[in-house]
Amino acid sequence: MKRTGAQIVWESLLREGVDVVFGYPGGAIMPVYDALLDYPAVHHVLVRHEENAAFAAGGYARASGRVGVCMATSGPGATNLVTGLADAMLDSVPVVAITGQVASAFVGSDAFQETDVTGVTLPVTKHNYLVKNVAELPQVLKEAFYIARSGRPGPVLVDICKDVQFAATDFDYDAIRVRLPGYQPRTHGADRVIEQAAAYINDAKRPVILAGHGIILSGAHDELRRFAEQGNIPISTTLLGIGSIPESHPLNLRMMGMHGEAWANHAIQSADLLIALGMRFDDRVTGNLSSYAKNATVIHVDIDPAEINKNVLADVGIVGDVKTVLQQLLPLIEYRERREWFEQIAAWQQEARLRDIMTQQNHALHVPFVLSEIQRQVEPERVTVVTDVGQHQMWTAQYFRTVRKNGLLTSGGLGAMGFGIPAAIGASFARPDDEIWAIVGDGGFQMSLPELATIMQEQRPIKIAVMRNGYLGMVRQWQELIHNHRYSEVSISCPDLLKVAAAYGMMGMRAERPEEVAEVIAEARSHPGPVLMDFVVEQEVNVYPMVKPGQALHEMVRRPLANVDA
Amino acid sequence: MTLVDYTKADAQKSTHVLVALVENKPGVLTRVASLFRRRGFNIESLTVGHTDNPAISRMTIVVDTSKTNAALVANNLFKLVNVIDVQDVTREPIVSRDLALIKVRTNSQTLFEVNQLVDIYRAKVVDICPESVIIEVTGPESKIESIVGMLKPYGILEMVRTGLVAMVRGSGYFSGLPPAEDNGNGNHSGNGSGTAIYEA
Repeated sequence: MKRTGAQIVWESLLREGVDVVFGYPGGAIMPVYDALLDYPAVHHVLVRHEENAAFAAGGYARASGRVGVCMATSGPGATNLVTGLADAMLDSVPVVAITGQVASAFVGSDAFQETDVTGVTLPVTKHNYLVKNVAELPQVLKEAFYIARSGRPGPVLVDICKDVQFAATDFDYDAIRVRLPGYQPRTHGADRVIEQAAAYINDAKRPVILAGHGIILSGAHDELRRFAEQGNIPISTTLLGIGSIPESHPLNLRMMGMHGEAWANHAIQSADLLIALGMRFDDRVTGNLSSYAKNATVIHVDIDPAEINKNVLADVGIVGDVKTVLQQLLPLIEYRERREWFEQIAAWQQEARLRDIMTQQNHALHVPFVLSEIQRQVEPERVTVVTDVGQHQMWTAQYFRTVRKNGLLTSGGLGAMGFGIPAAIGASFARPDDEIWAIVGDGGFQMSLPELATIMQEQRPIKIAVMRNGYLGMVRQWQELIHNHRYSEVSISCPDLLKVAAAYGMMGMRAERPEEVAEVIAEARSHPGPVLMDFVVEQEVNVYPMVKPGQALHEMVRRPLANVDA
Repeated sequence: MTLVDYTKADAQKSTHVLVALVENKPGVLTRVASLFRRRGFNIESLTVGHTDNPAISRMTIVVDTSKTNAALVANNLFKLVNVIDVQDVTREPIVSRDLALIKVRTNSQTLFEVNQLVDIYRAKVVDICPESVIIEVTGPESKIESIVGMLKPYGILEMVRTGLVAMVRGSGYFSGLPPAEDNGNGNHSGNGSGTAIYEA
């Protein structure tokens, strides 16, 4: 049957199971938006800035495990997507971006709203396409979805010339065969290295599992838990590995790295074996590489061969899907007592508890207190927390004990401020039965503030908690600790959030003292619609522990002991 | 764990030769060049040309391994969707050839000597005029460098080299034929020969 390029876009999306698209119309994508009217099965969310369409598509994909779709016009519309695509690229999030392009005859002529979008997005996409001929469009769309979701997932951009959107061609999506001779992700680990890895694991006295985003992306939650329990091996997660195993699991040492738990970092530095599962030894995780886990043998499992030996040389490198690899490993793993190792870890944990900010009662309102109160009230299996980037993000990772599978969505690799609110919008479509909490700072909140209108227009019942300290808190912390207390452009004003909420027709509330927090949260939860909460928190508080740049992972700056500070 | 120290890893030999089969599509060279730029890979030379299959082009890439790990380059190249396969042929028995056109200043006294050099190196004079000749020479890079050294005293006016092309000796072949078709709903089950590069 004949279909126009514009119709093919929607027909293909429907066949890929897409029911929501985040976008913004404009000149070069108008035929597609015209055709949208004939496809009511797809719900289009009109964002207020294209960057947020990309973030929302990423949030949807992170929450659902399916491909998120965003859409924009040529030129400025497409270039605005770049930050969201870069975020999806670094965090391996499956996103398909569809952009309009000037008519094929004008490509390369500096036409109105023309930008070389495939050129601009080349380094921030897994792959991209410029479609100048309608006959190629169905094939390209099918390949785009396949590439985005398979192997190591990532963003794929399809740039469609305006004349292609008008032109018609034969369309039979199901008959299309994906032909990608150079793209064959490997899922099974080679038997030889699997056996080698199992031998190292069974021999290890002080092993640590490093669980990353790959566990979540491949759906290997159960395999990870069984693997750890069967071998009796402690787990530490990366920031994006939070949600791969409940924070309450006794083997979970919780987050590692720059602001990781001190005992997790000590365990990694003292380990004789690191079992890295779907993580990439990012610099925020390793600290100074030359002093990282010096006595450890390294087993590295990743679906992307280019990650093996990139930052840390692996003694055993296994290329494969971590779920499949764990299934291959499981029959070979034997239980070991490792009592000394667990006693050592318990001692580190005991020492760290004395430094906990929550034990330091000084009647000030701290972000961790708010987070703990949210946690106390919500249903742990039915809440999704989305953060922005900065101090509140690290505190959420430390203090919100995520139990739900993949319950924390955050911008890890790119660390993109402004991510929180649009990603929460995306997540709210992916998980309509979840309570969605957006934890944001006053900096990132103001980057994505226009999306409050989107939230109201779409009536997304998102609970937005602004942790307002009047500073770009993480930058301020670095200036305090690393730049000798010289504060440069970190003090930030914020409009009256109650008035902002009122202006958008949203429920707004404020808490300034610890005793007000529980009531604000309870009231926000009982309100069926979106709520904007203004938590006026302590201004100059630091996230601890902290591994300063260039320092070894165990050389953490620690919070002073409780009895000293009280 | 061991620190990744690429400067020491390949200190013995300073270059590696990679052969990549790529889809013959617009923009593929840009993707490869962009990858090298953003990862900071140091490349000695890169050549691209047709193969017997019009859908496939072949690249020969010489990596400066005193600065860049060749396996990292190969694995990153292989990640590109349009790159069908990559082989590191450095340790294989290979035929490698570079071609140079060298314009050398000559006069009636030196022409005879230059001609003798051309004979010794089995090169060819492909253009001649009273003040200069153009010499075409083919061979491994060392041979080209050697003749260039010998011609320098006469005055090299202009030179162009194609960069290295390479092929493994013997009856084995590297043609990158596409794997069986796939419906796009599952994972491919191709030969995947290129993915084995990293494994120790």
